[in-house]
Amino acid sequence: AVSLRFAVGQCGNQVGFRFWDLALREHAAINKKGIYDEALSSFFRNVDTRSGDNGPDIYKGKICSLKARALLIDMEEGVVNEILQGPLRDVFDSKQLITDVSGSGNNWAVGHKIYGCQYRENIVEKLRKTAEHCDCLQCFFIIHSMGGGTGSGLGTFVLNLLEDEFPEVYRFVTSVYPSGEDDVITSPYNSVLAMKELNEHADCVLPIENESLFEIVNKIHQMINSGKLGSTVKQNSLVTSSAGSAKTLQEKPFDAMNNIIANLLLNLTSSARFEGSLNMDLNEISMNLVPFPRLHYLVSSLTPLYTLADVNVPSRRLDQMFSDAFSRDHQLIQADPKHSLYLACALLVRGNVQVSDLRRNIERLKPSLHFVSWNQEGWKTGLCSVPPVGHSHSLLALANNTCVKPTFIELKDRFMKLYKKKAHLHHYLQIDGMEQSCFSEAISSLSDLIEEYNELDATKGGPRIDPSRLKIAV
Amino acid sequence: MSIVTVQLGQCGNQIGHEVFSALCSDIRGTHGLCSKKENESYHDSCRERFFTEEESGVPVARAVLVDMEPKVISQALSMAASSGHWKYSSHSHFCQKQGSGNNWANGFSVHGPRHKEAIMDLVQKEAEKCERLGGFFTIMSMAGGTGSGLGAFVTQCLRDAFPTSFILNHVVWPYGTGEVIVQNYNSVLTLSHLYQSSDALLVHENDAIHKICAQLMNIKQISFRDVNQVIAHQLGSVFQPTHTAGGGSGYSRNPLGDLMEALVPHPEFRLLGLRNIPQMPENSLAYSTFSWPGLLKHLRQMLIANAQMEEGIDWQVRPPHPGSSIPSTNKPLHFNTSIANLVILRGKDVHSVDLGGFQDPSLYTSWLKPQDAFSAWKTPRAFNKYEKSASLVSNSQFLLKPLDSIVGKAWNMFASKAYLHQYTKFGIQEEEFLDCFTTLEQVISSYTNL
Repeated sequence: AVSLRFAVGQCGNQVGFRFWDLALREHAAINKKGIYDEALSSFFRNVDTRSGDNGPDIYKGKICSLKARALLIDMEEGVVNEILQGPLRDVFDSKQLITDVSGSGNNWAVGHKIYGCQYRENIVEKLRKTAEHCDCLQCFFIIHSMGGGTGSGLGTFVLNLLEDEFPEVYRFVTSVYPSGEDDVITSPYNSVLAMKELNEHADCVLPIENESLFEIVNKIHQMINSGKLGSTVKQNSLVTSSAGSAKTLQEKPFDAMNNIIANLLLNLTSSARFEGSLNMDLNEISMNLVPFPRLHYLVSSLTPLYTLADVNVPSRRLDQMFSDAFSRDHQLIQADPKHSLYLACALLVRGNVQVSDLRRNIERLKPSLHFVSWNQEGWKTGLCSVPPVGHSHSLLALANNTCVKPTFIELKDRFMKLYKKKAHLHHYLQIDGMEQSCFSEAISSLSDLIEEYNELDATKGGPRIDPSRLKIAV
Repeated sequence: MSIVTVQLGQCGNQIGHEVFSALCSDIRGTHGLCSKKENESYHDSCRERFFTEEESGVPVARAVLVDMEPKVISQALSMAASSGHWKYSSHSHFCQKQGSGNNWANGFSVHGPRHKEAIMDLVQKEAEKCERLGGFFTIMSMAGGTGSGLGAFVTQCLRDAFPTSFILNHVVWPYGTGEVIVQNYNSVLTLSHLYQSSDALLVHENDAIHKICAQLMNIKQISFRDVNQVIAHQLGSVFQPTHTAGGGSGYSRNPLGDLMEALVPHPEFRLLGLRNIPQMPENSLAYSTFSWPGLLKHLRQMLIANAQMEEGIDWQVRPPHPGSSIPSTNKPLHFNTSIANLVILRGKDVHSVDLGGFQDPSLYTSWLKPQDAFSAWKTPRAFNKYEKSASLVSNSQFLLKPLDSIVGKAWNMFASKAYLHQYTKFGIQEEEFLDCFTTLEQVISSYTNL
């Protein structure tokens, strides 16, 4: 089963680039014989380029030229050009790119209404072409940031479009939310306008906050430089690493942060690509983690952040991996799932971990977690035999948990601060198709969502009253 | 008579592979402990039941493999082939590219009708290879989407296409925590549908088998493979050839029919549990000896007290006083009432075994005479390196509590309407859920009032 990825905007494409790089490395490490297999096919086409770029797809046999199943969309050329000049240039062909020159000016309306309208046909055509090459299209992934103009506006336009054109295909969105200190003043407007679209058109959203990524990067940096573990950390095992250089952390923190997101996306699809004793496909994630259509925001955590070089892994360390997955400082947004309410939780384990390890840890951690009354044993688990490069095992936890609420409340507060003063509104309202109602509807949508989480939180710790069962005449 | 096995979904295909491996390894072994003639007869009977011959001489499993994604079937095929001792036919599998998403409705209402023709075509071909078709054995879990939903659909198709054949569904019940969040919905939908089209449901619970792996087999890091191998051993202990009571001198020629006749006297009661004794790590076998009286005493108490294995049995539980007709509400607490039981004995000295303890009328409901409620099958041919082994297949209250627990949890979730949109999207409406709950509450009530 195949997924198509849409990297939209500067952030989306920078993360996308890291993703493709890591994906190639992962497959290269596993696929020693260079055979084009089902696993590769979920991310890449295999094209016969001997007669030029328009060669036919090769479905079996040796790898000829791998092309990413993706569309790269940006209204500025800088990032996409960098990708096309870099080591991954052969992974993309011109038919997969949609670019412009002037950017969206950090304005959601420019991205969504102006560029959306302008590029709609182009995007649909390229989308259809790319989809034609997929013999079983299961999922769309959109990677973007919420705070700017292109990723946020055009990204959510693409989301709408995908629902129109391929309503049956799952839409997963990885959204980078702006922090309070974000240097884009209008990021709250852009984010709230985008949230409405995510509420209504996404199947699953994985929210990410830069603050959390930054904290993780710093933690690793400190670990390595503190001298405590320095030399014993396996360089290529850092969840932040690309070429495995620890220098990256200091000099290019965004690369390191983006690698974390890229690893998240890789791990998310690992059980669909590689064999294991309990497979977890992408459609199972949305099935199990979305109990009500609008409550589809999943908080993610990745462990371990690095592996120590000693090969001997006692089960205590394995158990530590599970504990860390629930700790505040491993979450990819500023959230504390342990003190909020779980609607559902998924654990995707990779490597030499067996069902008894899973069960032992679930039993151990369950008492300290709060699950909603109708889903007291709400665990979805997957076991994939193939670990990530540089690790012997890893864990991805996805939580549908009310701990997302603070992120949304803060976003609403920041929005209201600007909106009350009507600050910068004219930049939006002057765009064709934008009206005051777009804003009021968007904030209303966000408020409703927050209210749904509030209602659930209100049930936390309350008395458990099981509904009475059906009575049967004897 | 031959049995056609239909392996459905990841669980079904993983277990199916272990079952054929276990069967094959058992007949290849030289630990039969019986006469050469007996051994050959056993060998031939097993081959006829489960395998066809190929030119190369490698036995080919009489199986159809079905899954909605390719990875598991691909592994099963290659693992079998690389064993060198048996294999699957290269033309007996059906898979798609994209699973069922743990969605019963997707398996039942979408994949089922869409792929019915292709799947039933494969089944028909396998059935035609049998000189005499003894029935179908399906293997599935009820927690996921394919085994459960598509499995329920295929069972219905089997019933429609083969109205006079026996259908036995082997159903794996998931761990209470930590497999699939919507497992209780999928289970309720599966069990209620299977009840309409299957002859009997033979159940294994992951939690129970896990305990066996931990406490009896001493496995430290238990994998699904370990669990599946225990299940395969237990299934092999039921399905390998035996002599039935009135069967004359040869091995039983109608194992599924015999099973149904022994255990399913009434269509309302189709749930069968399975116990096997002894279970131990292979390297301990050489150092252990058992006596039949000891084994059977434990097995009987496992039945009475509803114990999953020979350790930790509650010996305090006793059957009600014989001869008195006691309403079910006054029966001793925790006592497991049986409708019918089947004990299968394999190995040394089986003919001298005293099974009186299982014929005690106080173990049973009053509907059948004890001689009709209890059956025994035997063979002097030892199974899977165990000098003596006994299995119990029981139609009793074994599964009452687990069933009630699953229905309770599903109902709790249903009352909040959580996840329902995922099912209605594929055509299973709330009314259908209600029908299924009603069916199962009826089954629970029936078993409770034994």
